[in-house]
Amino acid sequence: MTATTLTRKDFQTDQDVRWCPGCGDYAILAQFQKVFPELGIPRENFAIISGIGCSSRFPYYMNTYGFHTIHGRAPALASGLKVMRPELSVWVITGDGDALSIGGNHLIHALRRNMDLKIVLFNNQIYGLTKGQYSPTSEVGKRTKSTPFGSLDEPFTPLALALGAEASFVARTADREQKHLAETLHAAAEHKGTALVEVYQNCNIFNDGAFFHLTEKDRKDGNQLVVEHGKPLVFDNGTKGIVFDGFAPKVVDVAEVGLDAIHVHREDAPVGYHLALAKLHGPQFPTALGVIRRVQRPTYDALVEAQVLAEQAKSDKNDIHALLHTGHTWEVG
Amino acid sequence: MSTANESNGGATGRDVEVREMIAVRFAGDSGDGMQLTGDQFTTTAALVGNDLATLPDFPAEIRAPAGTLAGVSGFQIQFGSLDILTPGDRPDVLVAMNPAALKANLGDLVPGAMIFVNTDAFDKRACEKVGFTANPVEDGTLAAFRVFQVAFTTITRRALEDSPLTTREKDRCKNFFALGLMYWVFGRPMDHTLQWIQKKFAKNADVVAANTAVLKAGYAYGETTETFATTFQVAPAVIKPGTYRHVTGNQATAFGFISAAKLAGAELFLGSYPITPASDILHELSRHKRYGVRTFQAEDEIAAVAAAIGAAYGGAIALTTTSGPGVALKAEAVGLAVMTELPLVIADIQRGGPSTGLPTKTEQADLLQVMFGRNGEAPLPIVAPTTPGDCFDAAIEAVRLATKYMTPVFFLSDGYIANGAEPWRIPDVDTLPSFEVSYRTEVEGFRPYERNPETLARPWVKPGTPGLEHRIGGLEKADGTGNVSYDPKNHEKMIHLRQEKVDRIADDIPDAEIYGDDAGDLLLIGWGGTYGALRAATMHLRRRGHKVSHMHLRHLNPLPKNVEPTMRRFGQVVAAELNMGQLRTVLRAKFLIDVKALNKVQGQPFKVWELVDRVEAMLAAKQEKTA
Repeated sequence: MTATTLTRKDFQTDQDVRWCPGCGDYAILAQFQKVFPELGIPRENFAIISGIGCSSRFPYYMNTYGFHTIHGRAPALASGLKVMRPELSVWVITGDGDALSIGGNHLIHALRRNMDLKIVLFNNQIYGLTKGQYSPTSEVGKRTKSTPFGSLDEPFTPLALALGAEASFVARTADREQKHLAETLHAAAEHKGTALVEVYQNCNIFNDGAFFHLTEKDRKDGNQLVVEHGKPLVFDNGTKGIVFDGFAPKVVDVAEVGLDAIHVHREDAPVGYHLALAKLHGPQFPTALGVIRRVQRPTYDALVEAQVLAEQAKSDKNDIHALLHTGHTWEVG
Repeated sequence: MSTANESNGGATGRDVEVREMIAVRFAGDSGDGMQLTGDQFTTTAALVGNDLATLPDFPAEIRAPAGTLAGVSGFQIQFGSLDILTPGDRPDVLVAMNPAALKANLGDLVPGAMIFVNTDAFDKRACEKVGFTANPVEDGTLAAFRVFQVAFTTITRRALEDSPLTTREKDRCKNFFALGLMYWVFGRPMDHTLQWIQKKFAKNADVVAANTAVLKAGYAYGETTETFATTFQVAPAVIKPGTYRHVTGNQATAFGFISAAKLAGAELFLGSYPITPASDILHELSRHKRYGVRTFQAEDEIAAVAAAIGAAYGGAIALTTTSGPGVALKAEAVGLAVMTELPLVIADIQRGGPSTGLPTKTEQADLLQVMFGRNGEAPLPIVAPTTPGDCFDAAIEAVRLATKYMTPVFFLSDGYIANGAEPWRIPDVDTLPSFEVSYRTEVEGFRPYERNPETLARPWVKPGTPGLEHRIGGLEKADGTGNVSYDPKNHEKMIHLRQEKVDRIADDIPDAEIYGDDAGDLLLIGWGGTYGALRAATMHLRRRGHKVSHMHLRHLNPLPKNVEPTMRRFGQVVAAELNMGQLRTVLRAKFLIDVKALNKVQGQPFKVWELVDRVEAMLAAKQEKTA
């Protein structure tokens, strides 16, 4: 099947989608099925690898190669696949429990290596499949079945974690921001290296409305800061902006300070700035959406391939006889 | 284990003892270069034409404090004119570089053994450090042995009077003095080591000169000193013609997997996390990118196996290497490979357990872990190599089974054969069994869990194949389609199918090897790395007139078809294992035969004579009972 003729339908499967009605995952699935045909990649070259959790059911609903693995291990499994098959477009679908709790180690090491994987993390700040325990991204004090008196531990900011792990591409979007979600997936697909996309996703059963301040029409303008490379950090219909006083971000009135005073977003800026941006949160700050960091560095899979080819250029790759005779040998008889 | 001692007047006017086999142990601080000394002595023995087996014994600590028991590093070699099956029970000759080395090894020696001590290291403080109240060389502690006191350090320094090296550097040459002396004692040529010194230290002429001088000084010391009344003569063995090399079990394992991938016509992927005693396989495979080997040092054991599963999904010959603690961590992922029916080899180089246990010591206590240590019913084949050289063939066999039956396979080696070395007759590559794998590309009629009617294997499909896009995963599969299924009947059917697939492998593996008659009074059953000791013990038992045979298992799941009928033809069946009786548990459960246990769990291999003694006791007890 050539890539040019693909449509949304080519990526749908015959399996019944089993997420709860109203789940944010449906919207994400719809955007994947819209974006994948546009990428110019033959369908058979997509592989979608997931872990365990609601989001990890995702591969069953995409008509590509798919592997629903075990809890937390999708980045590791995807790494082995990518090292052997660098020509494939390998996507990891994961959630906040899968990627940040049980699978935290694999996530940071995939990012550190810059394995050419697209990791899409559905963050709903709750455990859905196990029916509603708090997750590593739940806010302190969250009352759930496992924390009836309120949770005690500080949550991760996934993108800050990723930046600390040397990520070459980090972005954030939301299930209900359909156009932005599609653009972000495109950007991730085009990036050479590990791309981490955090998607704020509504769990309407166990954590309904966690992101409504960012996604609902009446509230989002004042809370959503959409960043673009080379453009000033403005929000609330351009009336407010972000400036930095040393390392400290500050919200200012654009009318007061003038647009030129507003900090201009750069995807290749020092990581300290990206960390500050990733960690902006309400109520005093808007939350940043968009590509926060995008830099180029060699990918692990390409480096491995280069080492193999360099070694193979030196000698016969099929000469097992030579392998077995390396070092000291002697004749008997 | 000398069986023939005769004394002749040698050319030097001294006695020459002719031995069929002899065991020598070099022992010193872990910084004394004992492994290197042993390696050189071994290569020279091989060049002279002896058969041999070796075993390094190093401390778990990289550099334990000097002069302590914890820091003693040893290297043992047994060589001879006969078929050498083990590195020897008890050394006939010990070279002790310091009091700690003497103390640590004294209990192992045969009575009358020759001990060469470096007297320079036996000062009061050094002796007291390891609990000798007086100098053991002088106070009668060594009365049962033939002790030779040699001032290794002093003579080494004297030989290097003109060398520009520092005193500290000069002292580091003293292992070559010990080696030179041993070359004289055994009448060995120095050529190989002299050449090796030239090559190894080519960048530093002073070091070449120093090591050469000291090696020769050691030899000359033996020749000119009246101290040594005896030298040994060990004739060459009758060895099958061919090209030989030295190989450790781990090295042969690496070579085996590279070769297996070539025979399969696919590329090899290793996902691994460093762990003793398996890391050398990772090291060796990392050197061979020219053969398309991709090694991936993962962030942990789980990532290592998960990456290997990903590679297998991509069509590679996938391997992960580890030891017992790593197997425990990988268990869930191995279950995923069982469920998704992907070919994968998990190499477990066993060490002493439980928990961190004895990382540098050997044991066979992971059998039940690899056989049953997963959630749910998750059967898989197990292949256990028997000798360092057999690791090569067993690795190929593991890959053959994994790819032919689409299943994860355990390769169950142990620290003893992994680090042990033996001369290995290099196989002719063209005679190795070919088993080229094939990937499904045909779109028509494709179902991900359609099975080969003979092997029950499902098709192997590489992502990137047009028209065969499909989903797999850890949830139960519907028979045929591979879709997620919670149907109770289907689940039971799939459980049976996965079991049946493994069971059918019994038709595709050779019978277990039996040494001795196929019926008799006692059948000694072993598996894996105890092969040499069990075989040697059985030879002795038979020579003593006992009707004992030895059956050794390389395939542990499924068992070869001749295992049960063979067991039924013997009066007693004894499973000899370096654990509490794990194979025994399996055999008793499977066949309802009263298999007796012969166990040892000391982190050490079996000694031949302890096996002989214990089997004779079992034979006598049985006779008493029936009388």
